[in-house]
Amino acid sequence: MLLRLLKENLRPYKRWIAIVLALQLVGTIAALYLPSLNADIIDKGVVTGDTGYIMRIGAWMLAVSLIQIACTITAVYFGAKTAMAFGRDVRSRFFHRVGSFSSREVGRFGAPSLINRNTNDVQQVQMLVVMAFTMMISAPIMLVGGVIMAMREDIGLSWLVAVAVPVLAAITGLIISRMVPGFRLMQTRLDTVNKVLREQITGIRVIRAFVREPFETDRFETANKDLTDIGIFVGRWMAAMFPTVMLVMNVSSVAVLWFGGHRIDSGAMQIGALTAFLSYLIQILISVMMSTFMLVMVPRAAVSAERIVDVLDTSSSVVPPELGVTTVLKHGEVEFQGAEFTYAGAAHPVLRDVSFSAKPGKTTAIVGSTGAGKTTLLSLIPRLFDVTGGSVLVDGIDVRDLDPQVLWGKIGLVPQKAYLFSGTVASNLRHGKPDATEEEMWEALEIAQAKAFVADMPEGLDAPIAQGGTNVSGGQRQRLAIARAVIRRPEIYLFDDSFSALDVATDARLRHALKAVTAGATVLIVAQRVFTITDADQIAVLEDGEVVGLGTHDELLDTCPTYIEIVESQLKAEAS
Amino acid sequence: MSTPPQKMKKTERITGHMTPGRGPHGGGMVGQKASNFKGSARRLLGWLRPERTKIGAVIVAAIASVALAVTGPRVLGRGTDIIFAGAVGKTLPAGITKAQAIDAARAAGNGKVADLLGGIDLVPGQGIDFGALWHVLAIVLALYIGSTLLSYVQGWLLNDVVQATVLRLRSAVEDKINSVPLRYFDQQPRGELLSRVTNDMDNLAQSLQQTMSQMLTSLLTIVFIMVMMIDISWTLALFVLITVPVSMALAALVMRRSRTQFIGQWRHTGALNAQVEEAFTGHALTKVFGRQEEVQADFEVENDQMYEASFKAQFLSGLIMPIMMFIGNINYVVIAVLGGLRVAGGTMSLGEVQAFIQYTRRFTQPVTQVASMVNLLQSGVASAERVFELLDAEEQEPDHALAVSTTDRRGRVAFEHVSFRYEDDQPLIEDLSLTVEPGHTIAIVGPTGAGKTTLVNLIMRFYELDSGRITLDGEDISQMKRHDVRANTGMVLQDTWLFDGTIRDNIAYGKLGASEEEIHAAAEATFVDRFVHSLPDGYDTIVDDEGANISAGEKQLITIARAFLANPALLILDEATSSVDTRTEALLQHAMAALRTQRTSFVIAHRLSTIRDADLILVMEHGAIVEQGNHDELIARGGAYADLYNAQFSGPQSGGAPSLGGVVPAPADRARLQPDA
Repeated sequence: MLLRLLKENLRPYKRWIAIVLALQLVGTIAALYLPSLNADIIDKGVVTGDTGYIMRIGAWMLAVSLIQIACTITAVYFGAKTAMAFGRDVRSRFFHRVGSFSSREVGRFGAPSLINRNTNDVQQVQMLVVMAFTMMISAPIMLVGGVIMAMREDIGLSWLVAVAVPVLAAITGLIISRMVPGFRLMQTRLDTVNKVLREQITGIRVIRAFVREPFETDRFETANKDLTDIGIFVGRWMAAMFPTVMLVMNVSSVAVLWFGGHRIDSGAMQIGALTAFLSYLIQILISVMMSTFMLVMVPRAAVSAERIVDVLDTSSSVVPPELGVTTVLKHGEVEFQGAEFTYAGAAHPVLRDVSFSAKPGKTTAIVGSTGAGKTTLLSLIPRLFDVTGGSVLVDGIDVRDLDPQVLWGKIGLVPQKAYLFSGTVASNLRHGKPDATEEEMWEALEIAQAKAFVADMPEGLDAPIAQGGTNVSGGQRQRLAIARAVIRRPEIYLFDDSFSALDVATDARLRHALKAVTAGATVLIVAQRVFTITDADQIAVLEDGEVVGLGTHDELLDTCPTYIEIVESQLKAEAS
Repeated sequence: MSTPPQKMKKTERITGHMTPGRGPHGGGMVGQKASNFKGSARRLLGWLRPERTKIGAVIVAAIASVALAVTGPRVLGRGTDIIFAGAVGKTLPAGITKAQAIDAARAAGNGKVADLLGGIDLVPGQGIDFGALWHVLAIVLALYIGSTLLSYVQGWLLNDVVQATVLRLRSAVEDKINSVPLRYFDQQPRGELLSRVTNDMDNLAQSLQQTMSQMLTSLLTIVFIMVMMIDISWTLALFVLITVPVSMALAALVMRRSRTQFIGQWRHTGALNAQVEEAFTGHALTKVFGRQEEVQADFEVENDQMYEASFKAQFLSGLIMPIMMFIGNINYVVIAVLGGLRVAGGTMSLGEVQAFIQYTRRFTQPVTQVASMVNLLQSGVASAERVFELLDAEEQEPDHALAVSTTDRRGRVAFEHVSFRYEDDQPLIEDLSLTVEPGHTIAIVGPTGAGKTTLVNLIMRFYELDSGRITLDGEDISQMKRHDVRANTGMVLQDTWLFDGTIRDNIAYGKLGASEEEIHAAAEATFVDRFVHSLPDGYDTIVDDEGANISAGEKQLITIARAFLANPALLILDEATSSVDTRTEALLQHAMAALRTQRTSFVIAHRLSTIRDADLILVMEHGAIVEQGNHDELIARGGAYADLYNAQFSGPQSGGAPSLGGVVPAPADRARLQPDA
């Protein structure tokens, strides 16, 4: 998964990657060349007392250092560029993919999870790419180059490399393999501690009301203790890490001196070579350590990559037609023909064999208890979901054959949860109608009974709206959501329990104003309160996903027991 | 449409040294500064006091360990000298003295070799003295092993110190949450408080861990290495001491620039995340309104900006390592050259040059570390300051010392000239008197902001009165233990708070140690049992924010079951059934009626149908009771209650005017800041 994600998304940046590779190679070779030059200074300059030579080689070393930093900085430049471009591309692909999803896929992953994947998981993989281009690439080059150079200096000592490298790799590997699961556990436990604190703050009234402070404190102490325990565990391994690595390096240098001394004494090696060898060994060991560190990031990034690819590989269950019907003769007729809908993985359908039609100029109300499938039914019309059986027709054409833009252009939706977008009142209204004039806006606001409070805001139409609309009250939010739908003057109005936060008087005025606007349109209303829809032209009673009654209020009172039950439950107080 | 209440899953925080996830200087708390750095830092140190013995040991171990480690290369240099002497000595004929060898070299016109020989402690003709070499290397080994062990001990103890301190700090924060008055929670945004106890606390813990473990050894290493370098050659040391401030300044410059870039990067990240959040949460709406293309175009713009910003940040922070390396290399070259010249001139030994090179290499790392530590320390102290502010919050008055516990209460509640206000300049409840007989049901109705919830909050003693008193069975509740007041009371609130646990645990919350049978009985009485059976995990179903399997109405039922199980003498139902559908509510009414017999109940309801048979209905407006009586009396009076009632129940028969049931007959645009009063 990780490899596939990398391969697919790094392809456009082949050239940059080649540059990074080449530069890192040159830079590493330059770095490796320095100790060898230093050896020359000792062997050919110091020992023979040739100060001119020392100066010459010194200048040369300086030049090599310059080459090295130039290469490294350019490599960092292109490496960072590639990695960030990679992140940008994956984010964008992901975002577009989710854009193509229907509510069904969004529901399957859950919006919070999708948000997390689009942001944090991409970040995680991107970080791996950064590390790869800045450090991971140079580590193996350094390792191989270091070994070659060390062997060039003295083949007889190279067995020391063969011993020190595995020892260091094993030690760092062991410590890290203990630490990584520890870190993960620490994160989970930290989340638990924070969750308990969060719950204590959000639930403070309940906790105090039920006198559960001691219980909560116990719960917290346990979580806190668990966190500390793992913190101590991880911290101890961490405390062991660097001293141990340093010990391996230091012991290695002592060994080089001892065995190198013997080689020199027997005339097989020069003293400068000994110094160079020592430098190479240390460089090799450092690159081994770095590689081990880097490898730790891979599993984590792999998990993130999987979560990303998972979404990228999912295709939408609602696919726009290749050649959508764009011309329709009728205006807003909605018809359900044996519509059935089952959520992915669910055993039972939420909607079963729903058949009825809603005509222009008529109001159709949908009632039923929580979980009866009312919202799902409405969602089938704009294809937020596609039926899993039967069909939904708009103006006589299956919605799946209609051009989505044409279909959506017909619909004005007011969702159950009045969600506003961050921006201004005006920008939210323009969601409904992009080219709306100020006059049109005020008119829509007036119909939605929102004119007064918008006019009262100092900025009027330009009053800021926070994400979700959290800076206005629930009732205001609902009215703005209604205005947003009204300004479209759609052929089909979908109101999903859209008046719940309004007081009686406002509600009455609103309905009155709406009546005039929606006169020629098809209106579908999901309602909790029966009294609000008794004058509907047609009422559909849903029970466990089935239409158990269809007719006017008076008809249903005679024929539909479920309807009667609902009415009675709401009328109980009035049953005098 | 398919936008259930969602909360952002807590974004993963990146912890520890192992995950270079955010770039070295780009933590989430960038840009924060403590307003009183010194004071807060000192106070933070005060929290370390209980661990002072261990801290003493840590300091001793750190000094010893660093001293040993720094001595190592110096001694190792003597090993190099022995080898060098042997290697050079072997090239000379045996039997002559060193002086003779020098003279011979000079005579041969090799003045430079003569100089070199002068500086070496050699015996002509003799090879490497392995006995001496072994001796030196053994000392070095001992130094390194000793240093490693000490450093390990130091790390171990320090970790204990930090963990123990953080544990105490966290506990103190939690204690505080449970002992500040409720007013404290009203006075500041919840998110702000949450951020203090989670983000700031985490940041504080991390900064403490990282600075403590690195600061001490880094500083010690710098000092010891400086001493060593000056001891070997003060002229060379001088050179290094010049380059170090230069490199530090350079590093600081790059860091500062990358810091601003990182701030930019996080700002863009935040903006982009908000965009993604909005697009995905409002997914359905965006689609139906045909706005997808614009949303995607906006995203691309922000995404590109984030790319630019993060590229710059990454590039700049990526520069630090190569720059430090380059400065290290320059030092290396200069010392190799100058040292080489001196060895050749006989004024310095090769081993000393070797040691010096090692020291310069080891010098740059702690210096950079200290530089980056400063940022970390600043953000850590800023967080500490915010945590301390919480710890300084005033606590609620302790319970009256002589308060006696009585468990058997009848439930007679009386308000005597009670006055209360949240804000000093905003009167809410003024001189309110009221007596409620045991077993009665009192309904409280009125517009939002009338003081309904406040009234019941006062009975729970969530707030202290400004004047007057409230008595429970004749006893002033302010003289009772808070726990006793509340233990006798069951409360169901409008906002359904359930903790992250199973349905069973959440019901059992009402009564510690409740048996399985009691839980089931409560669940059945409140219709929880009915929907629990349709859940795959039954009573073991986990309730959480994202759990789409439990609806708001069902959550509300669980909170009712919880109160049912508590079986209190006094029952408070604040909009307890607002999210339950009407049919279930009708059934619930029966259960509630059962729950209400034998005990005093206060019911706040917007749906007037639910309170019709209350013994007493209080109509509240602006903190005062404007009407009281039973349903029939109030209807007959034709006052405020009758108006409310008629507005809600202008039933279908009246035909014409469209109307709505079960809605707040109140100014709908409620002031959001007021704690629902």
